[in-house]
Amino acid sequence: MCLRIFSATFICCFLSCAVWADPASDQTAFKNYFYNKFPEIPVGDFINGVYAIDQKRRQQWLEIEEFPPYGIAIDEGEILFNETVFSDGSSYSDCFVDGKRSKKNYPYFDVNRNTVVTLELAINDCRVSHGEQPLKYKTGDIAKISAYLALHSRGEIIEVEVSGEAAINAYEQGKKYYYSKRGQLNFACVDCHVASSGMRIRAEILSPSLGHVSNFPVYRFKWGSIGTLHRRFSGCNSQVRAKPLAGQSEQYKNLEYFLSYMSNGLKFNGPSTRR
Amino acid sequence: MLIVLLLCTNAWAGGVLEQRVAAGKRLTLDRKMGNCLACHAIDNGPFSGNTAPPLFSMKSRFPDKKKLVAQISNPLANNRDTIMPPFGLHGILTEDQIHKIVEYLYTL
Repeated sequence: MCLRIFSATFICCFLSCAVWADPASDQTAFKNYFYNKFPEIPVGDFINGVYAIDQKRRQQWLEIEEFPPYGIAIDEGEILFNETVFSDGSSYSDCFVDGKRSKKNYPYFDVNRNTVVTLELAINDCRVSHGEQPLKYKTGDIAKISAYLALHSRGEIIEVEVSGEAAINAYEQGKKYYYSKRGQLNFACVDCHVASSGMRIRAEILSPSLGHVSNFPVYRFKWGSIGTLHRRFSGCNSQVRAKPLAGQSEQYKNLEYFLSYMSNGLKFNGPSTRR
Repeated sequence: MLIVLLLCTNAWAGGVLEQRVAAGKRLTLDRKMGNCLACHAIDNGPFSGNTAPPLFSMKSRFPDKKKLVAQISNPLANNRDTIMPPFGLHGILTEDQIHKIVEYLYTL
């Protein structure tokens, strides 16, 4: 136990202090930490969060997934994506070269814009560039479209590239956000989702960060609806009594970029259901 | 007369302490206040977390009450990597509330 705490502290310290490290070695250290902590979890199963850890909850979740509560959102997302005609006569398919199989292309760093582009940002960019109003970022239609696109990228490998000074800077910003304590309760993402992952806060098991991004958007029973990854980030911020940021804020985009890069090699499996 | 007065004072002090222990227990368990069960097992409390050590024998583990108050108020002073919230430093609880919690923890 002591050894485990020591090694967790050491690795956290190593990850947070390793300013000289490059993204690739960060990723190796990050993954190895979880592989060593959860040797019984097959690598590919980290995309299932706590359901990779707790068999009872996994069983309940699998039963829910037979008639998933996000099913309606997918159907609505399909209609929104394929049948929306913008005022200039164009449609989403004019913006997404891979059509419904586009989720796998995000997030990426856009050198020209000097920012991370996520799927949800690209959806709204598409709308705005064709004279439409942007959608709200955390829930509603954007999450439905995202769910439909996620479904058609299931099984694709997460392959986020971080190269070039500007991209590395965005990655470093995301990493810094992940390791920084915030809020009245003074928690960093790493506190719960690395060092304490697999342990319980009240009755809830804390999910490992490896694989965190793969299954979004998700239908959460707590929400009673489907929501995006940035909605979930907001929830974490609120829980530690920090001010939630806007969806697609630079901080959240960089955090998504960092977390996605950490999960490279795993498969997309969204949308999904979470408690 | 003096003995009666002393007995009364003791009884009164005992009553006050009892009230402070009861208030401390409420603050310990209240999700909006200490919410200590989130991380610590306490006296078979329901749905306790396990990210932090169980709280028992607190009087023998922290014979100096001030050290226990300090640990709740600002645990970062002892361990800068701790995930325990700094209840006093960040104004999550008042000093009096922390003292009441300590009175309750001393009964465990």
